Amino acid sequence: MNWVIAALVCWILGYWINHRLAHTRLSNSRLISLAIPIIFGFTILFIWEALVRGFNVPMVIIPAPTVIASRFAVSLDILWVDFVQTFVKGAMSGYIIGCGSAFVIAILIDRSPFLQKGLLPVGNFIAALPIVGTAPILVMWFGFDWQSKAAVVVAMVFFPMLVNTMQGLAATDRMQRDLMATYSASYFQTLIKLRLPAAMPAVFNGLKIATTLALIGAIVAEFFGSPIKGMGFRISTEVGKLGLDMVWAEITVAAIAGSAFYGAIALIERGLTFWHPSQRGQ
Amino acid sequence: MKRLLPVLTVLIVIIIAWYGAAVGMNAKWAQDQALRQNIELNTSVLIADTWNQDRPRLPAPHQVAQELWKTTGAMMIKGKAMSKRSLIFHGWITLSATLLGFVIGTGAGILLAVGIVYNKAMDMSVMPWAIASQTIPILAIAPMIIVVLNSIGIQGLIPKAIISAYLSFFPVVVGMVKGLRSPDQQQLDLLSTYNANRRQGFWKLRLPSSMPYLFTALKIGMAASLVGAIVGELPTGAIRGLGARMLTGSYYGQTIQIWSALFAAAILAATLVGIIGYIQYRTLKRMGMQP
Repeated sequence: MNWVIAALVCWILGYWINHRLAHTRLSNSRLISLAIPIIFGFTILFIWEALVRGFNVPMVIIPAPTVIASRFAVSLDILWVDFVQTFVKGAMSGYIIGCGSAFVIAILIDRSPFLQKGLLPVGNFIAALPIVGTAPILVMWFGFDWQSKAAVVVAMVFFPMLVNTMQGLAATDRMQRDLMATYSASYFQTLIKLRLPAAMPAVFNGLKIATTLALIGAIVAEFFGSPIKGMGFRISTEVGKLGLDMVWAEITVAAIAGSAFYGAIALIERGLTFWHPSQRGQ
Repeated sequence: MKRLLPVLTVLIVIIIAWYGAAVGMNAKWAQDQALRQNIELNTSVLIADTWNQDRPRLPAPHQVAQELWKTTGAMMIKGKAMSKRSLIFHGWITLSATLLGFVIGTGAGILLAVGIVYNKAMDMSVMPWAIASQTIPILAIAPMIIVVLNSIGIQGLIPKAIISAYLSFFPVVVGMVKGLRSPDQQQLDLLSTYNANRRQGFWKLRLPSSMPYLFTALKIGMAASLVGAIVGELPTGAIRGLGARMLTGSYYGQTIQIWSALFAAAILAATLVGIIGYIQYRTLKRMGMQP
């Protein structure tokens, strides 16, 4: 009972602190806009912990955050092996192959308006389909190891990346291209000096969308068969054994990997598109 | 016609490439079979064989189309549309979970978005997490939800709907907050010169101007809901639904079954997103936001 009261008190306290912080004069400062979500996160974690303890929720339903943290700490080696298998081998190689080939193909078909008109609607359409469903087929074709996961990732990231790059390459207007023509710039000079830089914001939009898709693809493909390592494999087997603390530890890894991956791409974007209005003045 | 021609060309090229790939991928099996029976295969027989195998590595388009027809239209004609071999039945199982989850997820998402726009503390604490959640593969907790709910006796529709709901929830929150904030200061000032209160400001300005953002978010949410429902059918050996069809197909090497389930899922996704797109078109047209 004490734990339940503690949860309630923590909730009220957390809300009160955030409410006060949000309505101070400094509320738009960087420090406070960073502190408020962190306080909110810790409040949620504490309420979770207190409710699980207060109501004696069995671990097979939901483990307390401290249990998850201690499981995380003692199984770092397993988590690392899974991370390498799923993220580095499966997701990253698929991401690089998929995004790279989509980028190159977008530039190649850019010279033909006919192909563009044909591929843009088809690509948009395919990007909205449940591509994860190809996982069983690709696992059958490429075997259980990371190659099949990379193939699923390629299938998932290819079309969003293609569509975004094509839209980016169309971002320059007539005047700018005419200016390049008056400089008597060749096709490649125009491409490298004008159109690719102008396409960068859209390209990075595609790259950022693809980060999450890559991780989802690699994890879900492991549900269809995998060697005895990998994040998706661990999640599905530990769920079967009701080892939910391990499942949550893997999910923590996935969350950290996902946001770090996204953050890395966003940092590169900031370095390369510093001139764009959305990046200036920050 | 001018817009259709390039699209059709691309589609035809894809289908031709597919037939070509089917020859390449299925040839080995056909050769092995021929070798066992001591028959010499000439090219045309080989190609015909690769397009008509029972368990090909890559089924040819017409095989998938036949299977799709056999498990939907033909069954409907025979009046067995809801039998267990029918894709309509499996599609309906998946669709009902998708729609229930989608309604719950978008409803909760819109409510939270309204809360975020009108409460600064909520905005500053929840919004960063809602945005961060888009970079996290939250689909990974799907098997856990299924098993945990199963262990406390809830199974069938509800667990899948929960997965669909949380997958569609976050895109709707983020899109709707953007939409509710889209009126600029001039418009808000105009309303305050009319002495409009907050409730009027919401119903007459913020909500109408959020519509384009809402529909974009709904399309993303609907696609995510369907993926959630399909993935939700993978663990625990579900026997009903499109995801279960894919899983049993992959266990028994029934490639044609996997492909037809995949295409059924794709058709379902395209139809659902198309319906939202049509509603968007009609709504925005009546609101005068679209020419």
